[in-house]
Amino acid sequence: MSDKKLPYIQFTKEMKKDYTILMPTMLSRHFKLIERVLRNRGYNAHLLDNVGPEVIETGLKYVHNDTCYPAILVIGQFISALQSGRYDVNKTALVYFQTGGGCRASNYIFLLRKALERAGFSNIPVISLSFSGIEKHPGLKFGVSLIRRLFNAIIYGDMLLTLVNQCKPYEINKGDSERLAEELTEKLADGLETEGLSFKKVKKNCQMMLDRFAEIPVNKTPKIRVGVVGEIYVKYSPLGNNNLEQFLVDEGAEVVMPGLIDFFLYSFVSMITDYTLYGMKWLNHAIAKVAYKYISSQQNKIIELMRNDGRFEAATPISHTISLIEEYMGIGTKMGEGWLLPAEMLELNDKGVHNIICTQPFGCLPNHICGKGMMKPLKDRNPEMNIVAIDYDAGATKVNQENRIKLMLANARENLEAQNNKQPLKEREFAKTT
Amino acid sequence: MLLLGIDIGSTTAKAVLRRGDEVLYQKYERHFSCVREKTVELLNEVYAIVGNEPVLTAISGSAGLGLAQAAGLPFVQEVFATAEVVKVKEPDTSCVIELGGEDAKIIFFDGSIDERMNGSCAGGTGAFIDQMATLLNISVDELDELSLDAERIYPIASRCGVFAKTDIQPLLNQGARKADVAASIYQAVVNQTIAGLAQGRKIKGKVLFLGGPLFYCVGLRERFKQTLKLSDENAVFPEYGRYAVAYGASIYAEKSGKSEAVGELVERIINSRQKIVTANLLEPLFTDEESYREFTNRHAKATAPNSDISEYIGKAYLGIDCGSTTTKLVLLSEDDSILYSFYASNEGNPVEIVRGQLNKIYELCGDKIVISGSAVTGYGEELIRHAFSVDYGLVETIAHYTAAKHFEPQVDFILDIGGQDIKCFKIKNGAIDSIMLNEACSSGCGSFLETFAKAMGHTIEDFAKKGLNAKAPVNLGSRCTVFMNSSVKQSQKDGACVEDISAGLSISVVKNAIYKVIRASSAKELGENIVVQGGTFYNDAVLRAFERELGYNVIRPSIAGLMGAYGAALYSKKCVSSSIISADALESFIHTARSAVCQGCTNHCHLTVNKFGDGKQFISGNQCEKGAGIKLDSEPLPNLHAFKRDYLLNLPKNQNGKRGIRIGLPLALGMYELLPLWHGIFDALGFDVELSGMSSRRLYEKGQFSIPSDTACYPAKIMHGHIASLIKSGVDAVFYPCLTYNIDEKASDNHYNCPVVAYYSELLNGNVEELSKCKFLYPYLNVNNSRQLAKEMYDCLKEHFADITYKEVKQAVKKGMNDYNSYMSAVRKEGERALKFARENSKRIMILAGRPYHIDAEIGHGIDKLATSLGFVVVSEDSVCHLSESQRVRVLNQWTYHARLYRAARFASENKDVQLVQLVSFGCGVDAITTDEVREILESNGKYYTQIKIDEITNLGAVKIRLRSLIGALDEREGLL
Repeated sequence: MSDKKLPYIQFTKEMKKDYTILMPTMLSRHFKLIERVLRNRGYNAHLLDNVGPEVIETGLKYVHNDTCYPAILVIGQFISALQSGRYDVNKTALVYFQTGGGCRASNYIFLLRKALERAGFSNIPVISLSFSGIEKHPGLKFGVSLIRRLFNAIIYGDMLLTLVNQCKPYEINKGDSERLAEELTEKLADGLETEGLSFKKVKKNCQMMLDRFAEIPVNKTPKIRVGVVGEIYVKYSPLGNNNLEQFLVDEGAEVVMPGLIDFFLYSFVSMITDYTLYGMKWLNHAIAKVAYKYISSQQNKIIELMRNDGRFEAATPISHTISLIEEYMGIGTKMGEGWLLPAEMLELNDKGVHNIICTQPFGCLPNHICGKGMMKPLKDRNPEMNIVAIDYDAGATKVNQENRIKLMLANARENLEAQNNKQPLKEREFAKTT
Repeated sequence: MLLLGIDIGSTTAKAVLRRGDEVLYQKYERHFSCVREKTVELLNEVYAIVGNEPVLTAISGSAGLGLAQAAGLPFVQEVFATAEVVKVKEPDTSCVIELGGEDAKIIFFDGSIDERMNGSCAGGTGAFIDQMATLLNISVDELDELSLDAERIYPIASRCGVFAKTDIQPLLNQGARKADVAASIYQAVVNQTIAGLAQGRKIKGKVLFLGGPLFYCVGLRERFKQTLKLSDENAVFPEYGRYAVAYGASIYAEKSGKSEAVGELVERIINSRQKIVTANLLEPLFTDEESYREFTNRHAKATAPNSDISEYIGKAYLGIDCGSTTTKLVLLSEDDSILYSFYASNEGNPVEIVRGQLNKIYELCGDKIVISGSAVTGYGEELIRHAFSVDYGLVETIAHYTAAKHFEPQVDFILDIGGQDIKCFKIKNGAIDSIMLNEACSSGCGSFLETFAKAMGHTIEDFAKKGLNAKAPVNLGSRCTVFMNSSVKQSQKDGACVEDISAGLSISVVKNAIYKVIRASSAKELGENIVVQGGTFYNDAVLRAFERELGYNVIRPSIAGLMGAYGAALYSKKCVSSSIISADALESFIHTARSAVCQGCTNHCHLTVNKFGDGKQFISGNQCEKGAGIKLDSEPLPNLHAFKRDYLLNLPKNQNGKRGIRIGLPLALGMYELLPLWHGIFDALGFDVELSGMSSRRLYEKGQFSIPSDTACYPAKIMHGHIASLIKSGVDAVFYPCLTYNIDEKASDNHYNCPVVAYYSELLNGNVEELSKCKFLYPYLNVNNSRQLAKEMYDCLKEHFADITYKEVKQAVKKGMNDYNSYMSAVRKEGERALKFARENSKRIMILAGRPYHIDAEIGHGIDKLATSLGFVVVSEDSVCHLSESQRVRVLNQWTYHARLYRAARFASENKDVQLVQLVSFGCGVDAITTDEVREILESNGKYYTQIKIDEITNLGAVKIRLRSLIGALDEREGLL
């Protein structure tokens, strides 16, 4: 098949000098850190911030409308940025992160290239970052030192995500948590290049983040806690989920969102199962095993750090998350978010977060199985779980989505009240010190 | 304390005022989108009762959300409110079913409380019933009354209104009884509630039915009772059913309401009006009077000449367009001027309409005008042709092109938006170059606008006019009607007025046509001389929106809605003397319709037998010739779909099940591909292999209550029926493995299955409770390596059957692999034979391409048989793809089934006599990618691309039109016309 491979425009070394590299928005803090890692290395990376109806309109124009909503949004965001006149289209490249595998999401990069061609931008190089089939781009090589820096950026990003979510609903001075997160993002970004790769330094920075966030004055009134899981883009991206995080905070809830690292670990497990289940791809499996071991051990160190610190709730080690799901489904289910999706629901329930929103693009194939398809068995065995599935789509309206979320919240509030009546108010673990 | 609960839903506003248990006031009224006004009106009535006494108030309902926020009132989610009422009023209830305007809800009280609402793609609700009543041209009350007189139930797709319409329209056009259709509509609502909401949880015990539709529609109650097999005691339809949510809100008010006088409340609601959200608004259609005048003057130029029929003497030609919702007639003079025309809703009985019109025409003609030719086109073509002995029946595309060409000889693009469908044709070198028709799901067309206009209390003309004056049209998205419904709801919440909604809807219809149907990204892709037509383009707002979206002007003939009939009339001019029913015969014309079930084969098609006075009859609803009572005198044409079905259903059993264990294989999804493998393995191991057999609608219904995701594709959902039927037959085990990877045919970058085919057994395991009655085996397997497969199969089987040895399994796998390979080579050989046959007998060849499971009788709806009856030799994608090199595509070619598809497309491109028709299941995410690719492969080689979207819809009317359009275009291109 090699001669049938599609030609693509490479990102050359010359381009590195004066090309702007556009990145799509998904997780603002993570991506800001990644942007800085790239900038520190001499790339003129630029995180897109264009949102609003024209992004969706443009996406619908250039992508088959039955394609998943994330593809419509990301491609719409790229093309509407290119059409805005803000960038020199002869000196611009795009970078795209995507998953591989049997889900149609592995086709995003090709859909993007097709869309670019239709929009008259076929000369623009697209650099894809993917678990399957990394293309050659001499101008941007992913060596160990770059990859490890990106990894550290994600660790910081996850930490900020967790801390903001745990502080924001309780903060006395509105905006404290966001402001602090922004300040720390700047600070950490600089360190990512200058501080070297020592994990000790990473841990030190994490401790610093814990200390700083603990200083935020908070009011400890118990709030309902709502977990958000789902397809990775709509789960995290405010553009994809109609600003779900903010909506929930406004409704008086604390948002709990598992971090991005879990998704990477999940992807490595998938590569491992190809060998353990089917006897295929031994080499990939061996590499993935090393990566999995390394990353999960780092994750565990951060978890340990947080647990010892005791002021905030730590993430769940991936090994525990896996042990939870294995009673319900095989971890060979590896397309899209695969087993990770219901596993995260169980992980949340396990730590007392019974209210869960499962976000998914309308018509998402893996979600039929792993999202909606797993709700019954999960609820049967954990009747305390209060799950709502929300579809996101260019045509779906906020009012419908919010109405369904409100139903889930109404039940959550009732359960919270019932619980409060049963046992005296126990002080929340993470807020002990303030 | 006085308690007030207000429930503002999508279509109605409800209020309950009470003091303790005593209800002082209750009201249920349609609000016609005037949410604020209606609320104030209700409050004023409350004020008349209570005066200035303080009241505790809470608001509920989907349209109430915005109002409550803006006015700072406590809001309670409506399902939650319902649960509150039930706890107070009927504490022994085990289940509540509540149907509202656009939402459907179900609450289970047994054990843990479980509340569910319909997803975003489920319209089986009050609005759906309204829409269907409009379609039948009767009121909801009349529909209800009719339903009680039903004799039979037709299968009607229940997932959404658009689907159902596609099923109902042809039923009406074929003469089905309205009473039967009415009851079938109710049954569709019931099925939707069970499939879409209950999702695996059984509805039993005492069931409380709430909401407006269930209060008013007696027939609907009856259908629920029968379907759920409820006794009179257990089916409760309370008097307060319509007010339940409002009542619940009043309970909530007691706990969390704010005490204030009604007067203050009214004031606050009125004052909240200023907070209109301005996001998501579009440019107005006309900025000033001047541009409007220019627009109307320009379009006034494209007129067709008229002549006075009373002055004309000579020959005349009659064209009839019996469309899905309207019937059109045009009588042309010899010099092509219009003597008489007619355009009206067919009111569910087109035969009667045409009869009346013919009478009128004969009267007008008298002795001086002779009808020398006649032609009919449209959905009802065959029926009308048979009823009145019309000379020609022609496919719509040809009729429309004939008409458009007459108007603009240079026409290179025609867009027709009719009552129910959107059709576009590109014209190149004087022939139709490509045809695009809307998919069943996205038909935001004329009847959709009309239904909306009615719902908001306007006529369509009035509604369109209002749109022209809109100052800030709302952006309503470009997806299906169900989505538009909720977009409209949202915009109402934001305070949009009727004008803005009308304009917004027009813009949506246009965007839907351009981006979903035509799939254009720029106007240049369409053409230079565009003719737009169809009744919907009478709507100036739609026309203007179209020009605006394109950026340049188009031609709209003054007879935009008559173009089909006009084209048919022009076509009939080649006739010398007409066979059309004479004036005398028309006098004694009688038409009766009767329903029947075909016994020709196991398909059991639902037939409608039309009888006409002169002893002629016309049968419709049949999928093949047999049903129509036609005896075939020659061998049927080769049909690979039929060949594969036969092969798979008759796999030989060699070991006679000596082990004494019955293992069930569900014939759905991936089983259609690998059945010979699994069958071979289990048979060799001495299992008694039981196959679930071909799907049917009834089989689907058997399993529908355990479907967790109703937006999954039909081939997946039907799997539940197969499992249910296997379990019922008492098998010891059911086998359906998880296969991340499919067979590697070395023709693509990877060889995945789609996520649904790959892991559906995980879903089955979690959702089909009956599976606990037997063993369910769903190991993760590698089918590309016999040794690995043997090992994995052994690991799985030894767990359940202790006496199985590895050696046995190894041999069985070898046997299974052989069986699979023999099957594939038999398919390829038969493919080659079919090609040879076609070429020797000069037949056209159709690759009816899709997935292996599309050969299923129910999923494929017998389209293969239809194609052979239209003269095609039918082959499948996997029977010819080996004859072509692997095809380079612009997307990631990583699924086994799709790689075959691309290769088959290449094969079609390389062979002049081969056409490809792609079957696409609704909801197939992967096909959003493949369809564009296949189309590109074909069109870049000058071939037609025909796509048929299939779902639960059983009626083949639309499919037939598509295939006949293809034939018409081919004939025209080959100079046969």
